Parts: sequence; structure tokens; C-alpha cells
Amino acid sequence: MMSTLVRDRSSVQPAPPAVKEPRRRPSRRTTLLAAAVVVWILGFLFLHGTSTLALPASELTDLHRSLNQFNAWVAANRADNPVFLYIFTPLRAAVDSVANLFTTIFAASSTGLRLPEIGWLGTVGLLGWIAFAVGNARVALLTVAVFTFFGLQGLFVEATYAFALVLTAVLLTLLVGIPLGVLAGIYGRVAKVITPVLDFMQTLPTFVYLAPLALIFLIGPASAVIATVIYAAPPVIRLTAHGIRAIPENTREASDSLGTTGLQRLLTLQLPMARRTIVMGINQSTMAALSMVTIAALIAAPGLGQVVVRALQSLDVGTAVNAGLSIVLLAIVLDRVTTAASRRAEPGAARNRRVSRKTRYLLLGVTLVLALAMVQLSRSMLWAAAFPKDLNIGPAIIQAVSSASQWMQNNLSLFTVSFREAVTTGILNPFQSLLTDTPFYILVAVIAIAAYALGGWKLAAITTACLGVIICLGLWSDSMVTLAGTLVATAVVMVLGIIFGVAMGRSERVDQILRPMLDAGQTMPAFVYLVPFLGLFGATRFTAIIAGIIYAAPVAIKITADGIAAISPTVVEAAISSGSTPWQVITKVQLPMARQTLALAANQGLIYVLAMVVVGALVGAGGLGYDVVAGFVQSTLFGKGLAAGLAIVFLGILLDRMTQAAAAAPLRKIPSSKTPAT
Amino acid sequence: MKKARLLLKRTVPAVASAAAAALLLSGCGGASVNQVAAPAGATDAPCGAVNVALNAWVGYTANAAVYSYVAKNQLGCSVVQKDLNEQISWQGFASGEVDVIIENWGHDDLVKQYITDQKVAVDAGPTGNEGQIGWYVPPWMAEKYPDITDSKNLNKYASMFATSESGGKGQLLDGDPAFVTNDEALVKNLGLDYKVVFSGSEAALIQSFRTAEQNKTPLLGYFYEPQWFLSEVPLKKVSLPAWTPGCDSDAEKVACDYPTYTLNKIISKKFADSGSPAAKLAKGFKWTNEDQNAVATDIQGGMTPEAAAKKWVDAHQDVVTSWLK
Repeated sequence: MMSTLVRDRSSVQPAPPAVKEPRRRPSRRTTLLAAAVVVWILGFLFLHGTSTLALPASELTDLHRSLNQFNAWVAANRADNPVFLYIFTPLRAAVDSVANLFTTIFAASSTGLRLPEIGWLGTVGLLGWIAFAVGNARVALLTVAVFTFFGLQGLFVEATYAFALVLTAVLLTLLVGIPLGVLAGIYGRVAKVITPVLDFMQTLPTFVYLAPLALIFLIGPASAVIATVIYAAPPVIRLTAHGIRAIPENTREASDSLGTTGLQRLLTLQLPMARRTIVMGINQSTMAALSMVTIAALIAAPGLGQVVVRALQSLDVGTAVNAGLSIVLLAIVLDRVTTAASRRAEPGAARNRRVSRKTRYLLLGVTLVLALAMVQLSRSMLWAAAFPKDLNIGPAIIQAVSSASQWMQNNLSLFTVSFREAVTTGILNPFQSLLTDTPFYILVAVIAIAAYALGGWKLAAITTACLGVIICLGLWSDSMVTLAGTLVATAVVMVLGIIFGVAMGRSERVDQILRPMLDAGQTMPAFVYLVPFLGLFGATRFTAIIAGIIYAAPVAIKITADGIAAISPTVVEAAISSGSTPWQVITKVQLPMARQTLALAANQGLIYVLAMVVVGALVGAGGLGYDVVAGFVQSTLFGKGLAAGLAIVFLGILLDRMTQAAAAAPLRKIPSSKTPAT
Repeated sequence: MKKARLLLKRTVPAVASAAAAALLLSGCGGASVNQVAAPAGATDAPCGAVNVALNAWVGYTANAAVYSYVAKNQLGCSVVQKDLNEQISWQGFASGEVDVIIENWGHDDLVKQYITDQKVAVDAGPTGNEGQIGWYVPPWMAEKYPDITDSKNLNKYASMFATSESGGKGQLLDGDPAFVTNDEALVKNLGLDYKVVFSGSEAALIQSFRTAEQNKTPLLGYFYEPQWFLSEVPLKKVSLPAWTPGCDSDAEKVACDYPTYTLNKIISKKFADSGSPAAKLAKGFKWTNEDQNAVATDIQGGMTPEAAAKKWVDAHQDVVTSWLK
């Protein structure tokens, strides 16, 4: 669900200084880590089951009860509180009217037969023409083909609803995000304030703010769009700021020496030079907005998400895959068109073009007339307004996928169930019990010692504070359940990352074959593959772990592959010529040299797995994810769900800082904190 | 800067002219299919749009399908069905996003919040269905271990129900987090050696019971009637200490069975006062558990909800007519 967690901070630390420090340093770290493990095991063995702070799923703490009051407070204040009167209600109305405008144009108007202002033929023509005008004939053709395919799938209306909402959300995101990004890029102080907020926005599970948002803005398109904006804004803000900050100092000085004012500098130098990065941010934000389509369906946002969610509820794999396919295709179109648009404006692009400018304008004019004719047709003819029902291959797709998954369930379930049992009883349960049955004070001490060993006093203080917050939230035991699942999933992600990442880094061909599959793994809404896994593995923690792995593995694999590919070929050749076997090259040269990249992959893998915790709860994972989901659907558990969301954020901060510190060079005395504040 | 100018030069006019053209066409193009085609089959009473919340269990879908079918085909309303969680649906009453919840199970807290305090919703009377929540075992178990259907004997069998998810205790499988449940408190207060494990959805629950009966594996789970699945696999209910009024008032101290729910319909206040024939239909709607199971079984068997509703309505036109009086 969180397919684009863009973090432009670079976690890769600079290489350690060439001068080696005395030998004691690493050994001291090792001693400390070993001591932590010993304390943990002793604590587990002798104090087993005491002070575990377990809280049953239906029980609440006083904090949770007081958070529940939020619900009543909103209800009591909606009518007359000025915050609602002058901010929330007008905001909702404004967002609603934008969303309505696009919905009316593309998906369904509220009059008569609920046909859109522009029927399917007009939509295909108009969008195809826009793609041609801002991009090229190739992406125009892709747009036309994909939007026609939506019709063939029997999902044209759903797809245009989703498209209209994504369009609204992206427009609002850019309206808010680009100015904020510019400010953060120019003023370091703004960046300092904004960065933790963006971190928070990206780590807080979307489910958590969905319920409060629905309370404040009521269910429907407005809340869905606002939730999407919250989730999709960070990438464009970060990348805009990054692009502006990355402009070389001397270029800026040269411009300043000409006496430009701040605004002139922004418009003539900074924005244009940061353009590529900003467009990348727009692209990332669009993808993020699209990944919210399924989540937003839970608060009655119409469109493809509804189809997917309904299919999950009735375990209808075929329907889920059919709608999921539409979402992936929509993502591909939006991605390709924005990329082509940015490429079109590159300097020198015009010179390499095959058709002259004049011919192109002529072509544009002719195709525009054609597109407008199609729009007009779709406004007057019923066959062009609603996609013909008999041209529907949707049922065939659904049937094929359903029978394939049925076959898998019938023939593989014996194998998959025993595999699940083996992993659960062999690895997951012992590890989870190690975390949940050890007294909390022992674990806090163990983690603090480990943090001190990895990153000194500062890191130890941060981690202890995070753990303290989790204890105060009353969700220690659930957090440990979640932590166990997350760590197991991340371990598998890293194994996959190394195996496939090395293969891709070493061979161009393997890279070409695997990359599209990785892209699909990231864009396909998690809800879609949850359904077949539920059939294969049943509703258990194991299923949730697999979903996390599928979502996080592509990132880890890509990062590892890039790291391996970036190693200078001369080093590898030198190793080969001195007689190393391929295995030796990998283990002795490539992996050690890519160590920093591997640490980054582990860091991102962890964050991505954590992002799936809540989705995993829909298929039987317990812990914090379950609390969040239950809080979303049971009004008595509202406060607990909110607390669980915060606990996930603090768990995320803790894991992020610990892995970043571990990624720092082992010989460094004080690992630097996050490199240049974004 | 040239790059940006170029990009702007290409994009802005393109999008602007397209938008302008589209506006032009929608503004004065005249012929729009929306206006040309008047709603078909409109009756004398104006109905307009009805927003029906669609909650996540098949029994609900059956009610909603029949209600929507009648509203659409006999009253000429345009029906919008919205997939929503049970409790989220209630939030829609205030904003007009939801007009009708066609099968409601209890929820005293929501009744207090939205009907008594906020006055945005009203009770539209019983659906005629009686709901019973409880713990169930697959039929083969009830046959083999006759005394298992009494909760007092459950501890004896706890080890049999243990799974890799239940941490050494017996597993009690619960459904969707949104379902009404006291199970954790019940397990604790009845001193049972069990752990509640959540499957996440009704579908997962049904699949689990189906597999358990097929493979003759042990399973103890949350279930309820009316439910079409009970006609496929007649699950046996485990008796808990009998329900008495007020025995479940403190959610953390419950030690008795679930009450029998009189399922009802909740409609928004605005909708109820609008005089819409669809509101009248919502108030009149009343059928039996058998009726619901018949429609639900058809839907589960692969029929579209609309077709299943049509089949039932065609066979029971007299009942439908009585709703509209």
C-alpha cells in the first residue's frame, strides 16, 4: 500500500577514514552486543512470563478511553466550533467540488442516466490527445489502448472514478507540495521543521488517520482525497526541496552577481534547474496517490478500490486480480506519460525529432479535431457514452484466474499448510515468545545496550525514549508481536535481496527479466495478492509475513542490484584474473564492497515491511496491525487503534535509527546522525 | 530555464485547450445523452437517488439486493450501493452519504450516538430476521464428541483445538474485527483455556469451517445465523451460560451467551422525513430468515445479487406489494 516511500536522505555513510583506530573499538562493540544477548537470554530463562505487559485485544487502558472521547468531541463540535465552521467544512466543500467536477466529467454525472459528461469514447480520445501533446505518439497509443482495455474488462466506470479521484488528489498535492518544497529548499530552517513531520506522515499507517479523517470530513470522496494528499505529498515536497538545494553554489553565486532578486532567482534559476527532480517528485506522488485507491475505498471512495475490497471480503480471487490489473495499468500509463512529458522538454530534444515542428502542429491540430469529434459523439450517442456491455472479456479473465487459483489451492494446500506450520512453530513462535515473554525492563535494557554499542549515548537515549512511549501507549506486548513478525519478514527479504540482487547486479539479462516483475510487485495493491494467499495459507500471521515480503523484497532487490552493479568492473576483473571462482568473487569482493548498500537495503526493507503491518492484519496477523484495523471498525476501540498507530510510528523510528547506525562504518566512534537534514 | 519554459509551452496550452474544448462542448454542445434520455420507468412519486450501505456479509447483501431491486424497478429510484464497514456506515447518515442500513445488529453505542444524541438517524423497524451469535463446531465433532456442545466441557478438549497460532491453548476462531464480539472477555470470565484468534473476515471464517468439515479437523469458531452457509454445513452451536437481561452490560465482565438480536433497519433522519417512496419501502421491508437464506444461497452459488433478488421478488410479489402499502 505504501509503494513509494521516498527518502532522499542518503543513509549510505561516507567510507571510514583510512587511518585505522586502535583495535579495541570493534571488540568493545562486540562485547557490548554479546552482553546484551546474554542479559536477554538470562532474563528470558529466569523471569519468563513476568512483567510482559500483555493487554487482551478487547481491553483498554485509560489513555485509550480518553482518546475515544475524540469521537464524541467531534460529534459535539461539528455544528458550531469555529475550527469546523471556518476551516474543515469549507475545506471539505472545496475538495468535494473539485472531486465532483472530475467525477462528473469522466465517471458519472448526477443527472439522468448517471452517464459522465464525456463518455468512454470521448475520454479515450481526449486523454489520448493530451498524452500525444505533452508526450509522444507512443504514450498516446498506450493511453488509448489501456483505457479501451478498461472497458473490455468491464471496469470502465470504476477505472474512471479512480482516475478522477487520483487526478484531484495529485492536483491538490502539487498545489500544496511544490510551494512547501520550494520553501524547504531555500530556507534550511523550514526544512528542519518539516522533515520530522514528513517522516511521521510516511510512517503513520494510513488506516490510522483514515478513521479520524472520516470523522472530521465525513465519509466519501472528500475524505478519501484528503487522506490521499496526506500520503502522497511527502515525496514531491522532499524531492522539490532536494532539487533546489542540489543546485551548485557557484551557479547561484553567478546568478546573484547579476543582481537578481530572490523571486527572479527562484523563477529563472532554481525552479528550472530543479525541474527534473521536481518532475520525479510529481511522478512519485502520483504513484503514491494511486496506491491509496484501495485504502480510500474503505471510507466509500468509489472506483476500482471498491471492487478489490469487496473481492477480498468474499475471497473472490478472479475479480480482485481483474481490478488489480486495472490499477497496475493505470499506474503504468500515468508513469509513462509523466516521464515522456519531462523528456520532451529536455534541451536538444527538439533537434533529434523526426518530424518538424510544423508537421507536428498540423498533426496536433488534426488529432484535436478528431478527439473533439469523439467527445461530441460520446455526448450524443448512447453507444459512445457507456462502454458496450457485450464487449466484455472481464468474466473470462475472472474465470481463468479463479480456476487457476482454485487449482493451486486444491493441489498445493497440503504442501503450503505444512510449510506454514513448520515455519510458524520452528521459527516464528520461538522468536516471538523470546520477545513477548521476556520482562519488558530486560528488553528495554537489552535494546538500550545494543543501541549504545551501535551508536553511542545519543542513539541509546532515542531508542529508550521510543520504547518508553510504546509502554505509555499501553501496547508493549502487541508491539513485540509486531516486531517479531517484522524482523522475520525482513530477514527473508534480505535473503531474497541478496540472492536476486547479486544475480541482477552481475547480469544485464537477469536484470531485464526481473525488473518488470519487481515493478508489478510494487504497484499491485497488496489487497489483491492477499486473496490467493488466504486460500493457500489460511488466515494466519504467516500469510501476513508473506504479504510483507512480497511488498518489501522488490525494494531490497533493486537497491542491492544497484549496489553490486556499481562496483567498479576493474576490481572484479582483478579478482578474476588472480584466480577467484565466481563464488569467491561474490563473497569476498562484491558483497563486502556493497556492504553499505546492503545496510540501506535492510533499512528500506524494514520500513516497507512495517508499512504492511496493518494490511497483514486483514488476513490474521495480530499485534499492532490488528489493533489499528479493529480501531477503525469498532468505535469502542477507536482510541486503542490511534494509540497502536502511534506505536507503529515509534517502532519505525527505533528500527530506522538502529539500522542506520548499524550501517555506519564499524570503526567509527560516533556514527553521524542522519546525513544532511532534508 | 529553457527546459522549464519548453515544458510549460507544451503542456499548458495543450491541457488548457483540451479543457476549454471540453467545457465548450459540455456548455453549449446541446445534445447530451444525460438530458436526452429521461429515467426509464419513472412513476408518479418522485424518488431520486438512494444511498444504500453495503456491509460485508452475504446475508446483508441479500437484504440490500432485494431492497435495491424493488426500489429501482418498482419505484424508479436510482440506487447507489456503497461498500462500507458496519460502523463506518453510521458516520454517513450525517453527511447524506448513506441513507439506508438494511440489516443492523445491535450496536447500542452507535444507536446512542447517532439516534439518541445526534438525531441524524432513525430506527426503521425490524427486518423480520432474528440474529443469533455464538460459538459453533463442525457437525462431525458434535457427532463424535456429544458433550462438546456445552461450554463447561470445552476445557477438556482445549488441546485438540490448539494450533500454531494459539500459543499452546485451544484456538477460538473469530471473524471480522467489525463483528459484535465478547469472546475475549467470555474466555477469560468463563475460565476457559482458549485463545481468541482473529481470521479477519467472514469469508475466511466460512472457508475455515468448510475445510474443517471436509478434512474432519477440529475447529471452534464464532458464527451466527441467519447465514446461508448453515444450509451447506449445519454447524452445531455450543451452549454458553444463558443470557439474561443486563448480563452483558459491562463489556469486560461478560460471562453469558449472546442475546437474540432482533435485526432492524436504520435510515437517515433526512431520508425518513423526505417522503421518498424508498423510505417507505425501507420501513415496510420485512421477511424471514428462510427468505434471506434463499437469496443469499443463490448469490453465493454464483448468481449476481440483482438476479437473485429478481428471482425472489418474482416469486413473492405479494410480500413486496405489502411493503409498499
